Amino acid sequence: MRPIHIAGFAQLDQVLRDTERDEAEMVQQVTAAALADAGLGRKDVGFTCSGSNDYVMGRAFSFTMAIDGLAAWPPIRESHVEMDGAWALYEAWVRLQHGDVDIALVYSFGKSSLGGVAESLTYSLDPYFLAPLEPGPDVLASLQARRMLDAGLATEADFARAVAQAKAAAAINGQVPDPLDHRVGTSHLPLRAEDGPVRTDGAACVVLRAGGGGPRISGIAHRIDPHQPGARDLATCPSAVLAAEAAGVDIARLDVAEFHAPYSSQVVLLSRVLGLSERTTVNPSGGALAADTPMVAGLVRIGEAAQAIRSGRARHALGHASSGPCLQHNLICALEAE
Amino acid sequence: MSTDPSSPKARPAVTRFKSPVRIEYEVAAGTVTSRFLDGILEGRLEGRRCPSCEKVYIPPRGSCPTCAVPTSEPVDVGPRGTVTTFSVIRIPFEGQVLTPPYACAHVLLDGADVPLLHIVGECDVDEIRMGMRVETVWADELKPTLESVRYFRPVDEDDVPYDQLREHV
Amino acid sequence: MSGACAIIGIGQTRHAAKRADVSMPGLVREAAKRALEDAGLEWKDIDAVVIGKAPDMFEGVVQPELFLAGALGAVGKPMFRVHTAGSVGGSTAIVASHLVSSGVHRRVLTVAYEKQSESNAMWALSQRFPFRPPIAAGAGGYFAPIIRAYMARTNAPDHIGVQVAVKDRLNALDNPYAHLKLPNITAEQVAASPMLWDPIRYLEACPSSDGACALVLSADEADCKNPAWVHATAMRSEPMLFAGRDEVSPRAGADCAKQVYADAGITPDQLDVAEIYVPFSWYEPMWLENLGLAESGWRAVDAGETQRDGRLPINPSGGVLSSNPIGASGMLRFAEAALQVRGAAGDHQIDGARLALGHAYGGGSQFFSMWIVGSERP
Repeated sequence: MRPIHIAGFAQLDQVLRDTERDEAEMVQQVTAAALADAGLGRKDVGFTCSGSNDYVMGRAFSFTMAIDGLAAWPPIRESHVEMDGAWALYEAWVRLQHGDVDIALVYSFGKSSLGGVAESLTYSLDPYFLAPLEPGPDVLASLQARRMLDAGLATEADFARAVAQAKAAAAINGQVPDPLDHRVGTSHLPLRAEDGPVRTDGAACVVLRAGGGGPRISGIAHRIDPHQPGARDLATCPSAVLAAEAAGVDIARLDVAEFHAPYSSQVVLLSRVLGLSERTTVNPSGGALAADTPMVAGLVRIGEAAQAIRSGRARHALGHASSGPCLQHNLICALEAE
Repeated sequence: MSTDPSSPKARPAVTRFKSPVRIEYEVAAGTVTSRFLDGILEGRLEGRRCPSCEKVYIPPRGSCPTCAVPTSEPVDVGPRGTVTTFSVIRIPFEGQVLTPPYACAHVLLDGADVPLLHIVGECDVDEIRMGMRVETVWADELKPTLESVRYFRPVDEDDVPYDQLREHV
Repeated sequence: MSGACAIIGIGQTRHAAKRADVSMPGLVREAAKRALEDAGLEWKDIDAVVIGKAPDMFEGVVQPELFLAGALGAVGKPMFRVHTAGSVGGSTAIVASHLVSSGVHRRVLTVAYEKQSESNAMWALSQRFPFRPPIAAGAGGYFAPIIRAYMARTNAPDHIGVQVAVKDRLNALDNPYAHLKLPNITAEQVAASPMLWDPIRYLEACPSSDGACALVLSADEADCKNPAWVHATAMRSEPMLFAGRDEVSPRAGADCAKQVYADAGITPDQLDVAEIYVPFSWYEPMWLENLGLAESGWRAVDAGETQRDGRLPINPSGGVLSSNPIGASGMLRFAEAALQVRGAAGDHQIDGARLALGHAYGGGSQFFSMWIVGSERP
């Protein structure tokens, strides 16, 4: 495999509501910033891939409008996934293995403030047997949290600790909302509103390069579990474990883990099933609890893991992305300092 | 079918069910479109010029599609324009607001570099042609939406010859 | 540099207006099982699954890879979902092929589908933009003015669209999977059919179909009993609306074609057959020009060059005009191209076909994906 490095990363401030910019403007700004971070120009990019979600954005083909932010002229090699940008990064990593291009631009964008996130998640459930019951994401997460408590895998104090860590991290992360801002949410015991994500608007961009320095992707893999929450033990996460193994993550040397876990219980779950030790700092950015921009939060985790390495805080880091009810689908990107 | 109404065989098999999807979105116009809509409230069509390629876009864009830089300079366009191409919609469909047949045209407003998609009105659908000159017809009450332009109607000017349309079609 | 990728199994469903006999999982499994059988493999032999489909707003299921994971044997494996608008069937096949040619996976199952009878595609394609008038009138409403522009640009006579419509429906009679079977179709019938979006007539437009297509890809010599080999893949995109854009013959399509021919080391006249994405009959002459397959597309059609016994048969399967499960249509073109070079296209086989082009496009004619497949290993 060609060694692929993270040459640049940028994220727009993740905010509760962005009323100024449309998709094209968000993409134009975040891609310009990431390319500047990488010291590259738009003409250097050999392949572009993005992630977004029509239902979140409120219209079919929403990703096509974002193309206006790329200067796709003359025409470019470009693709798109209706998934978190982390999977667009995976497609780009595979594409770079082909050998004909060396630099890929990966971006994603989303707006929670439009009001469609909870419904989008509900309608991503099995349309015949699950979606008609309309279990929202908070309810499903609570089912999983209850199962974790009953299985003795965690305690409510563990959940509370994850919340406190996220708030402390958010307080010093200028790119996520202030944790002291008033939060509206409902409790679905054993989870309370603060055990869930701060839903935000934002965009992120990663520049990948074959060679060239910067944190190296030592492994990247994703796996999926059965869809029906009743078809698996929710106090486990087999696909995350398989993905970490396939990505060659060395848990014993892991300095930083950025989990795309929108619920405190899920932060705890991933830490437990992956067997993290005290050595690993979890979600120094605040994670998705601090800011969960739909289709972006996973890509931001990879970017934040890369930043931890670039700033010297870590030599080994992982960025994780998730999708589906109760962490059904998991992607792990393992990074190493050069 | 069994005569016992509580028997499973008495109930017909379910093969289909309707599952309505309803989501309400609250969309902010954004800075660029807000300014455009302000112009609409004044009966003006205001496009924006890209500082790099100098093309004028209507409706205005925050990012020029070929240059990926913010567009900046406001430029009033219209009120007249040219039909570069068109179609007559004759098919009904769910969610359709207008009653077919109606003509949908690419209208290149004077001063703009991209056509605007809109309806041609006060015109027999069989009379519409490429190169036809048209003018903006505003609604009696202006609201912050491009629907304040009711349609474009023909004006008494010579058609633009195809050769001059060529680069836009 | 990357390695090879072969198509070792191909499967598709019986396409129809309404497949009431299967659910969405049933639909994709029908195609996937046929592809696996064709490859002589079982579900457990697959290392990764890549699915593609058109906008989620069609069937109202967001991120369908989540609920289809079990049906496609993907539990415990990587599952990926590509979405590049109408070209998605093609780009899905390309993404899947890269997983094999890069050596990431040994065997990949790729599926593309649409269950249009459980969706409202016309509604999803005609959505209102905020602050804009409700102008959109589906895909036909978008493409009709562009077709008119082609006719003006080339002085093409009216009957060209009719000729393509008749050709593709007659071709479909020899394709057991095709949706539309119109054995008595005539030019007069097409010309007399109702005008939908002027100048597109009812019988010049694609149907709305339920259907799925699946491919099994591998580079392992042991798997390759009767493979079609991927010689080249390419994708190109351009913005939908910009000053000076040629909407009739988009540069992204022309550039994509030039790249795929160059990477395959061929000139277009070396192709034996092409399966290209023609949802409205006039797009055949338009794409012939865009793809560098004919200098005058309409004259090539008029002279019968694209008939099954012509210089370059186009869409011997009946094409999108005969079956259009939107998300799958691109992959069907890629699959039919592969069937041809394997000699496995049955009654619509073009004799001696060894090199074929698969083409798909989407959005406002702004996304293009293409591949060249051949009977020989490149």
